[in-house]
Amino acid sequence: MSADPSIPPAALSGEVSLPEKLADVEPVRSVRTPIRLEYDFIPGSASSGYLNAFADRKILGQQSPVDGAVFVPPRGVDPRHGAATPEYVELPDTGHVGGFCVTRLPIPGRDDLEIPYVSAWIHLDGADIGFLGLVAGIDTSEVRMGMRVRAVWKPDDELGRTAENILYWEPTGEPDIPVTAAGTNAWHAKQAAAGEQG
Amino acid sequence: MAERLRADLVLEYPFTRTTGPVIGAFLTGLREGIILGIRRPDGTVLCPPTEYDPESSEPLTDLVEVGPGGELLSWTWVDPPRSQSPWDQPHGLGLIRLDGADTPMVHGLLVDGPEGLSVGMRVTARWRPEREGHIADLEGFVPEGADQ
Repeated sequence: MSADPSIPPAALSGEVSLPEKLADVEPVRSVRTPIRLEYDFIPGSASSGYLNAFADRKILGQQSPVDGAVFVPPRGVDPRHGAATPEYVELPDTGHVGGFCVTRLPIPGRDDLEIPYVSAWIHLDGADIGFLGLVAGIDTSEVRMGMRVRAVWKPDDELGRTAENILYWEPTGEPDIPVTAAGTNAWHAKQAAAGEQG
Repeated sequence: MAERLRADLVLEYPFTRTTGPVIGAFLTGLREGIILGIRRPDGTVLCPPTEYDPESSEPLTDLVEVGPGGELLSWTWVDPPRSQSPWDQPHGLGLIRLDGADTPMVHGLLVDGPEGLSVGMRVTARWRPEREGHIADLEGFVPEGADQ
């Protein structure tokens, strides 16, 4: 039997036959299916170094022994080569927006976020991958790829061993990074430049 | 050496999903205290019901009442239940083929201990007094005659 794709299947159009008992009752149309996962998070050595450094307002990455790529947050390994990355690198708290998303709907459990808000991949100066942060201090319509930003930290007496020390990232006002050299393009541009020199 | 770090991390999504007419009918049945299966063209009945025939993929639409009694085809014992389990006491989990159905459904088995369960035994549905159209409206299954 060949089905006409423009005609919805009966099961989707709602034409089902029911036992007599259910003929006149209000049908159920939706169901709650909450998901909840509870973790007891214990960071490994690379993440512990990263989190401990936050208490001193420092951001640590780790450097690949293979080609020098800098990863933040550090995970103890260069995932491309399976090589351990024991060397920490201290990174500045400035960088650029590699990519971003404007969220206009509230997230359950995050009443602390005023909508609309901007989450972004922040590419730190000296790092070769981005990490997630909030961008604020600017109208959401003004946020753009390549925009230069700096971290806004909590007051010193509120610093803990957590990435939450950075409240958000604000524009520095410096000229943008060209989009062709921003975000993940930065790594490709760097590789191309290294190839030309080599 | 620095103190070891640890943190509680909770990931939670309060999803509400639309059901469609078949799963919606199954849940409507539960709210009304009956269990529905769905009939395939060859006359066999799937319970829980599916929207499509698992072999031919044709839509299925003929919902029929099954149970509330059935046969326990397989089971395991859960002790202790996990924190978010619908059951707060040790219980069985079983595959129950309801009378009138040809496939088994998974649900809880409410007995005092694993010695109360055996493959092939007759069980029957126990309902919650307050029902809202959710699989938990069916509190579980008990040995036939236990609630008399």
